[in-house]
Amino acid sequence: MILQPSSRLSIGFGIGLALRRQHSRPAEHVALQASRHDEATNISAPAKHSPQNSRVAHMNMANAVHSALEAAMELEPKSCVFGEDVAFGGVFRCTVGLQSRFGKNRCFNTPLSEQGIVGFGIGLAAMGWKAICEIQFADYIYPAFDQMVNEAAKYRYRSGGMYNVGGLTLRAPYGAVGHGGAYHSQSPESFFCHVPGLKVVIPSSPMEAKGLLLASIFEPDPVVFFEPKMMYRTSAEDVPTGSFTIPLGKARVISTGQDITLVGWGQQVVVLMEAAKLAKQEGVSCEIIDLRTLQPWDRETVIASVEKTGRLLVSHEAPLTGGFGAELVAEVTKKAFTSLLSPPVRVCGMDTPFPLVLESIYLPSALRVLEAIKSSVLY
Amino acid sequence: MLAHACKHGYTTLQYVLVYGCRMLDADGNDQGGTEQPDMSRDIALRVYEAMAKTQIMDDICYQSQRQGRFSFYLTSAGEEAATVGSAAALASTDEVFAQYREQGVLMYRGFSFQKFADQLYGNMFESGKGRQMPIHYGSSDLHFQTISSPLATQMLHACGAAYALKMEQSTSISACYFGEGAASEGDAAAALNFAAVLGVPCLFICRNNGYAISTPIHEQYKGDGVCARAFANGMIAIRVDGGDARAVYHACSYAREKAIEGCQPILVECLSYRSGHHSTSDDSSRYRSNFEALSYPCPVRRFGHWIQSKGWWSDEEEEALRKHTRKQISQALSEAASQPKPDLSNLFTDVYAQVTPNLQEQMAETLQFVAKHPGMVPPGVPINPPFLRGMDDSQLVNWSNGDQD
Repeated sequence: MILQPSSRLSIGFGIGLALRRQHSRPAEHVALQASRHDEATNISAPAKHSPQNSRVAHMNMANAVHSALEAAMELEPKSCVFGEDVAFGGVFRCTVGLQSRFGKNRCFNTPLSEQGIVGFGIGLAAMGWKAICEIQFADYIYPAFDQMVNEAAKYRYRSGGMYNVGGLTLRAPYGAVGHGGAYHSQSPESFFCHVPGLKVVIPSSPMEAKGLLLASIFEPDPVVFFEPKMMYRTSAEDVPTGSFTIPLGKARVISTGQDITLVGWGQQVVVLMEAAKLAKQEGVSCEIIDLRTLQPWDRETVIASVEKTGRLLVSHEAPLTGGFGAELVAEVTKKAFTSLLSPPVRVCGMDTPFPLVLESIYLPSALRVLEAIKSSVLY
Repeated sequence: MLAHACKHGYTTLQYVLVYGCRMLDADGNDQGGTEQPDMSRDIALRVYEAMAKTQIMDDICYQSQRQGRFSFYLTSAGEEAATVGSAAALASTDEVFAQYREQGVLMYRGFSFQKFADQLYGNMFESGKGRQMPIHYGSSDLHFQTISSPLATQMLHACGAAYALKMEQSTSISACYFGEGAASEGDAAAALNFAAVLGVPCLFICRNNGYAISTPIHEQYKGDGVCARAFANGMIAIRVDGGDARAVYHACSYAREKAIEGCQPILVECLSYRSGHHSTSDDSSRYRSNFEALSYPCPVRRFGHWIQSKGWWSDEEEEALRKHTRKQISQALSEAASQPKPDLSNLFTDVYAQVTPNLQEQMAETLQFVAKHPGMVPPGVPINPPFLRGMDDSQLVNWSNGDQD
């Protein structure tokens, strides 16, 4: 598990502060803010920033997300968590107790409007705040598409850097959950990877979720953070209770191998690990890469791996055509063409709406991945 | 005073008002009945100057665009009172989220002719670095968030900003401008509801100017204008004659006070008229009569008449202001035209806080391309030393652009 030392977080803060709204505030604002900070910071404990000093607790991904939100709100008094039903703890229980701890002004429900939530968050972030908003399901993110694509993504560019909404973090549970059907299962990440100005992050374990979410919140760019909702309850591991970050834009090599590189993100990483185990029984050695950040993605790590193994398999739940796997395959083919021993392959969701009864066939299961690994190795 | 002024119901070409706020008649005569304190002489003169300057700038810039000096322009003719009158009622630190026809607000806040001109030409001194079409102004110094073309998106940003100001216990509010066409967008409905439910000090200033490009209001909505949406959301609203700078100023002053007092949003619907075309890409004679367009009384003349009747302004001052302003604007436009464009690296910067690896790669590829094909670089665009840094000599060989001036 790659853990960054506490200094990383301090650096993150420095950047965040420097990139706040660059125009000066009148003196009375500064004074007001200072007094509010004093009032609010007595609950934060800087000594806890270092993972070395912090205790660990067994957490599932929902606990880990909660822990990250709590840490962020402690560290940054100018932060708010909001969205539909977040006040009572959220439908996935990721915001439990935040309202009673930080007050109704910093953790609150909004009316039911995704474009409203994101647009409101943009305005808050434009004033130098950390706006951490929740879209209840990634399937319902589309009404906010305009705000994300035309506003959040372009805020810094179009103003020549005068304004930015780096404080905006947009969380949304995504992916299959066994019974979600068309509207509680989608993986819309590729839409947002196609938008310059947005960063897209997807964690694959509780530890990853906490470190990446904290990094996303303090990242000076707007981040879309998709949480694999299957993992909220099914995954659990020891996670530091204090603050730590995992840098964006850096992939994680989960296990090294010689014959083929498997790349995925979120819940699919678990499927790849399962497939790799099955492949090992058949004598195939897989290198597994968790991409973590999709935009901007870690070309260096993936290309270095393919140069070693000579084969690439990318897998995601989202439909095959136009999925983000296509981007990886194209780039790796260009950069590592002469190393390739077989055509890069994608094992993905079907080009259909997400089904209900036939979910297990739609999904890129471990067995489908295994079949593709075998074909690739035997090419 | 406002309550009194609001008793004056009135009818224009298009609007039959349930109630309205009007203090000057169509010619600019005092309608009477106004209690003191009225608009001060200082504010009145500043408002008038900003209105007149906006009108003159619009005239010159419109003509300049027609002559092909830059690609696009839109005037605020007919709406100078709505924008400048409301700007005068705001504090200079109130965060403004504008739609796109609010040059009067910037003018009142002191945005220089040079800054307007730099933006129109997209030169290297433009704060937006030449990335948006003309008229997409922005100024963090003047608390004026950069304009974007999509409609009504800014209304939600204004809510979020107002929430930040509320949390900071600021004495500032956010002020949001939008048109009656934009009010039909989903974001507008969400914004009014969010603002009311979350209790934010936000002043929504609607410029109901009768047209969304060619679409008249009777094809835009069926209900009682935009005011009715405020009531439906549990928000106070004031309807005012948007051609009457004095009434707009009073309505907005009152609304701002209420917004701060109750930490609540308020909507002011300015019934105005878009006397000009939608933009330089539009010809309004295709969908409305010249008679209609010319019938709307000029807000600048109306307000000018009033300040003259108060003895605060003279014909000599008027002539001097117009002459001086025309000269300043012409100079600013010439100056802006002569400046270089932002350098090539601005294609890649500000997408993210740091230039990401894929963008660094594309930057290097672009440089190699333009070294081979210098004619592809638009005239006036420099490739400055920082952009060349890190390139080896082979990449720099043959680099020169004969088209640069």
